[in-house]
Order: sequence, then C-alpha cells, then structure tokens
Amino acid sequence: MTTALTVRTEELSVRFAGAPALDRLDLRLAPGKIHGLLGRNGSGKSTLAATLAGFRRPDEGRVLIEGGDLGTAQEPYENAVVTSRVCLIRESGDLVEAVPVKQAISLAAALRPYWDADVAGALLDRFEIPLNKKIQKLSRGKKSALGVVLGLAARAPLTIFDESYLGMDVPSRNLFYDALLADYTEVPRTILLSTHLVSEVSALLEEVVILDNGRLVTQSPVDALRGRGASIVGPAAAVDEFTAGFAVLAEERLGGTKSATILGDLDPALLGQATAAGLEVGPVGLQDLFVHLTAPTGARS
Amino acid sequence: MVFDDRSPIYLQIAEQIKTDIVTGALAEDEQVMSTNQYAAFYRINPATAAKGFAQLVDEGVLYKRRGIGMFVAPNARDLLRTGRRDSFFADVVDPMIREAKAIGIPLKDILQHIRSYGDA
Repeated sequence: MTTALTVRTEELSVRFAGAPALDRLDLRLAPGKIHGLLGRNGSGKSTLAATLAGFRRPDEGRVLIEGGDLGTAQEPYENAVVTSRVCLIRESGDLVEAVPVKQAISLAAALRPYWDADVAGALLDRFEIPLNKKIQKLSRGKKSALGVVLGLAARAPLTIFDESYLGMDVPSRNLFYDALLADYTEVPRTILLSTHLVSEVSALLEEVVILDNGRLVTQSPVDALRGRGASIVGPAAAVDEFTAGFAVLAEERLGGTKSATILGDLDPALLGQATAAGLEVGPVGLQDLFVHLTAPTGARS
Repeated sequence: MVFDDRSPIYLQIAEQIKTDIVTGALAEDEQVMSTNQYAAFYRINPATAAKGFAQLVDEGVLYKRRGIGMFVAPNARDLLRTGRRDSFFADVVDPMIREAKAIGIPLKDILQHIRSYGDA
C-alpha cells in the first residue's frame, strides 16, 4: 500500500513586506519520489518548504496536496488532516529546548500517525543521541541528527528536510543518506530535500526543482540534467554562430578564443557540425550547471 | 565506483556492469545485486539504479528470473566483446595515432613498440 502524496502549487506567491519570496510558482511533485529542492541562499527554498507544510499561508495562489488516504486535493494551511501527514524538519529544529530528548520522542510518537518506534530507536542509537540529555545541551550536530531521526521515524507520506542536516559532520551526513535510502526503500513516500550541497546529494535524487529569486528555473529528472549542459570552446565568431540557437548560460573570452556554456541536447549531427567548425565540445557537470542557472548576473536567457 | 555528475548515472551504472562482464569480474549466469542493494551500496536513488538495470535487460546483457533476481545473460560476454571490438579502432587506436602525429612519434616507432609485445 502506498500512502505517498502528490504536491501541486498553482501560481503560488508569498511576499515579505511586499517583496516576493515566491513568485507565481507552478510545480508538481510526483508521489513516491525523492525530489531535490536546489537554490542559492535566499532563493525561496525555506519559504516554499514552510508553505508546502502549511506553516505559512500563501499570499496568492495555492498549495494542493492529494493522494494516499487523503483522497481529493486539500490545502495544508490550518488543515490538521493534511499537516498530520506532512513532516517538515528544519535546521532550527522547531523543538522545545528545555526538555530531554526522550520527551521530544514521545511527543512525536503521540502526534505522528505513521510513527515507527523501532526506526526511531535504531536511529537514535546509530547517531549516538543521549536520551536523557536536554535538547538545549546537545551539540549542533546532535541537534541536527535528532531532527533527522524525528523526520525519518515519522514516516510521513510527505517528508521535507529543509537543510536540516547542515549542522552534521560528513560521517553523520553519510549516516543520514544511508538511513534515508534504506527507510525510503522500505516505505516509499514523497520526500523533498532542500539543499545547496548539490554534488553531495544529487545521486540520491530522482527529480530536482531549481529555484532562483523565488522563481522556478527548471524542474526535471536529475539524470536528464546531467549531460544537458555543454561547454563550447573555439574561435569567437564560430562559437557565436554555433550557440545562436541555444540558451547560453555563461560566456568567457580570452583574446580571440571564446568559451560558452549552453543548455541543450547535442545530437550527433550537431556534434559533427561543431567539430567541423573547429570547436571543442565538453560536458558540464551538474554542480556547474546549477551555479550557472542560479548565477546572480549573466548572459542567460 | 564513484559516479561523476557529467553524464546520467544510470548510463554509468550500465557501463560499469558491462565492464565487469567483459573483464570476467561478473561471470555469465551469475546473479547481480538487486537494484535496492545496489542503490544502498553506492548511495544512489533506487529508481536510478533500476533504470540502469532495465537498460541492460533491454540490451540482452542481463535477464530476470521472476521472484529471484537478475542474472548475467549466458552470451553477454561475447555480445559485449563483439561490440567493443567493432569500436576498438575508432575509440582506442585512432586517438592514439592522432596524438602520435601531434607530438611527432613516427608510426613505425609505434609498430615496433607493439611488436615488442610479441603476437598476443
């Protein structure tokens, strides 16, 4: 039985003091997949995560969550039926700091309809989180790890991790990635991982949403983005002629030589054409593509 | 194995398994890891792993036994070696000759070097 939820946003806008944090966003998160939410700091990732989880009311447009045992589409804001099935873990933790870890665990167990105590116990052991310590006494790394445990053990049909693992060191983050994949394999659900650690996380993802300045840059299967960028290097005039029909993400010039990063699929005919024009064609990695797609300025179209 | 993010991971998975078959690291009729085991081991999305394996089933390199798992096809090694032989000159020899010409190594020196290996 799958309980994974589908998420849609329609013309979703959120403004802070008049300035748009999210700007008429239309996207759809397919059920049962691991989605990445990528963007630079301030791109609107956390605002989107909070709005999807019903923590924040949209200023315009709406969020619709449907599927699983939820049936028809519903908006999450002030809707307990939806929010009990959605788990958002933020780096801040949203936890009562003055209580011991075990109390936070029993509170989550009481509130979360799909809570799995065995998963929680095993993960608390693996991350070596002391049960009797007050949360405010935990290190930043252990606090982040506690958030991860709460997020995974909740087994919510829509689970959102908003940079919640940034406080963890590399071995702990690897533990998180392993635990996430193992538990997702056992109970497939819709997962959204917001991050700017693109190269570290990208292999875990099936789909990516890239935000920039509150707008959707692209939504795509992540494997389709790998290899979609190309760098074209050669005599400036030839580069300009060849790249005229493509979205050019970045350009650099050194004397008469020019290097352009383009977005687009190069079929063998085009590759032959480039080689015949004396151009060098190279692949562009996902991390570089992400940097170009969200660059503060640039010649992108 | 480490995946790079410059080409689709599912293609890299398929290539790696093919190489293991060509070199004999994976024997014919040997069971391969399940997609979930593979995903956990290499820390990648299970759907990506499944896509790589599905491609190999389509190409006749792997076959499925219902309820048991996936296995290397009995003729997979021959199939792959034939394919790689066809592209050997274009993929391996031609770039070598281009490089030799660029840096000024005469072809007769290359031939002499190859002959020193005897007739393998």
